[in-house]
Amino acid sequence: MKMVKPSLESGAIIDGFRIEECVHKGGMATLWRVSRPDAPRPLLMKVPNIAEGGDPATIVSFEMEQMILPRLSGVHVPKIVAVGDFAEQPYIVMEGLPGKSLFHRLAELPLSYAEVAGIGVKIAVALDDLHRQHVVHLDVKPSNIMFRSTGEAVLLDFGLSHHDQLPDLMQEEYRVPFGTAPYMSPEQLLGIRNDRRSDLFALGVLLYFFSTKMRPFGESESMSGMRRRLWRDPVPPRRLRPDYPAWLQEIVLRCLEIEPAWRYPTASQLAFDLSHPDQIKLTKRSERQQRDPLTTVLRRRFNKEITRSIVEPALATQIASAPIVAVAVDLMEGSVSLNDELRTAAARILATLPSARLACLNVLKLGRVTLDSTLDEQGRSKQIDRLVALRHWAEPLKLEQHRLTAHVLEAVDPANAILEFARANRIDHILLGARQNSLLRSLLGSVSAKVAAEAPCTVTVVRPARSAEVGSESSPDEAAAASGQAPSE
Amino acid sequence: MLIALFADIHANRQAFAACLARARERGAARIVLLGDYVGYGADPDWTVTTVMDLVGRGALAVRGNHDNAVSEPGETLNIEAKIVIEWTRNELGAAERRFLKELPMTLNDDDRFYVHSEASKPSGWRYVNSVADAARSIEATSARITFCGHNHRPQLYTVGPRGSITAFTPVSGSAIPLLPGRRWLAVLGSVGQPRDGNPSASYAMLDTDRHELTYCRAPYDVEEAADRIRKKGLPVWLADRLAIGQ
Repeated sequence: MKMVKPSLESGAIIDGFRIEECVHKGGMATLWRVSRPDAPRPLLMKVPNIAEGGDPATIVSFEMEQMILPRLSGVHVPKIVAVGDFAEQPYIVMEGLPGKSLFHRLAELPLSYAEVAGIGVKIAVALDDLHRQHVVHLDVKPSNIMFRSTGEAVLLDFGLSHHDQLPDLMQEEYRVPFGTAPYMSPEQLLGIRNDRRSDLFALGVLLYFFSTKMRPFGESESMSGMRRRLWRDPVPPRRLRPDYPAWLQEIVLRCLEIEPAWRYPTASQLAFDLSHPDQIKLTKRSERQQRDPLTTVLRRRFNKEITRSIVEPALATQIASAPIVAVAVDLMEGSVSLNDELRTAAARILATLPSARLACLNVLKLGRVTLDSTLDEQGRSKQIDRLVALRHWAEPLKLEQHRLTAHVLEAVDPANAILEFARANRIDHILLGARQNSLLRSLLGSVSAKVAAEAPCTVTVVRPARSAEVGSESSPDEAAAASGQAPSE
Repeated sequence: MLIALFADIHANRQAFAACLARARERGAARIVLLGDYVGYGADPDWTVTTVMDLVGRGALAVRGNHDNAVSEPGETLNIEAKIVIEWTRNELGAAERRFLKELPMTLNDDDRFYVHSEASKPSGWRYVNSVADAARSIEATSARITFCGHNHRPQLYTVGPRGSITAFTPVSGSAIPLLPGRRWLAVLGSVGQPRDGNPSASYAMLDTDRHELTYCRAPYDVEEAADRIRKKGLPVWLADRLAIGQ
């Protein structure tokens, strides 16, 4: 391949972009601030460091980024402005983000537990978005994470990433694992590049590091040093910081499981737990004070075939098999048959998807005037009563505890509360009942119609099993439901 | 420009018609046909006439081993293929047979090379089944992109800066950027007799402006095509296998 040596310097013009100043010089690429008269926002040009006889990994990883980045969209990746041809001058021009990467916060470690969880949620949400676009990042680390002024995490540098629907040029090119030593997952060390849970492992390393100031697997870059994580689990964070919250240890150690199947099935389930610490099912992980006993370590060390991972299906299939389903349950008297029907509908979905989880919602309606009513004793006990009732409703589903959460949302407008919960928690599917009482319906309006119309995900509106009397008279909204429209209650 | 590419039509009228319609909907400005218009299927006359018409209007076409066998009885084929070719020979008129016989083995078009089997020895009808086969074919040409068919299974190969080759099984409908700094070998799936487990007809679209290749699938009336094979008294397995794409 003919390579034109890049002759970049301040003041030069490349394809209409004026080179301003060098902002970062890394091992693989250099970042320049550039400008173009028609582009108002700050721009960055990423140029690979290609020298004659240099490392071809630089070229290939830049090619991967050139293929993947233009195919990504959304707030969690930098916007691409232009891509330069390899035959001429290879480059990528993207939006320049304000502020600095998470790397610049290392001096402040350890951060407070709440802040670590907050950062973790943002990164997990960004990873979920990326995974849904068929990409595993494979190099999640502080220097590859920035934040928009609106708060969303932005993932940078896709040079080591894997795209499910594009040739994986890195896979065949090199037989050594790629990644950043402290953050690399065990399976990545073994050359597996298509498991989204590798990113959850790296995020676990980051959470551990940011909350303890210690890297769970050290900084060794030697192959033998890195390989130790294939059998040796990290020191439990509680041993390093006695006040370490059990819920956070539960989350962090689950991310750092050696077996991908023992980690969270999706980034969105991880984000969900980080957002609801009080709902996390605490297992033995959360209590651990010691690393695994030597017998366990030796078994892992010398009997690897016992726990060898199976071949993973395509990313989209992996994500689709682990949805978060939210069910809105009305706890008022007289909704028993509807609630039974809701449970049946939930059971149908959960039966086929062992990694799915269920969030049970109930809306505690606030009066428009007495917004603060729940702050008093009466309000608080009302909340608890409802949480108990929600769990009671879910009991016949016999779900493992870590698959079930219960939430009482306080709101003036129930439909908005459900919609907001679905958006904030990246819910995949909402189940809710259609209100039957026509007087109530006309007074309060339809919750299910609004949710069905505005939800960011699939919505199933459940009706009670039709009895002879109900069925004898067909109401207008049944006709609407039959024609496939959102029913109006 | 959008180029629609078709390989291994194998006298499957229903499949070819479905693919052509889809490609035209997508805006194909040029058509490339990679050989094996006959064999296995029940409509060789319609298929060859259609191909002749397309070539008359600017399409590019190369010869496949089944096309060759129509005029070369010595061509090596499996027993079922042999039975069908003997039947096909009688179905085709002289003009159609001459058209098949005179088709070129390979064609060059800008930075693209078209061949039915592989480029190192086109008349040897070798399959590209592995990275090693792909390497041999890529080394034999100076084209940036080679297109072939013959093994009925879609696959894409690319050569990196150090000469190592990546193999990739394409996902239908997803555009793949054919990076200009690399060389590529695109093995097309079969229009008329897919063998990758998916019964839908297989073809591809190349966008020469965006340097993107998209492997596509077109569902078609498999039952009708299979029925036609049975009604003509051709080997029944050739009909049965259409439904399972094997």
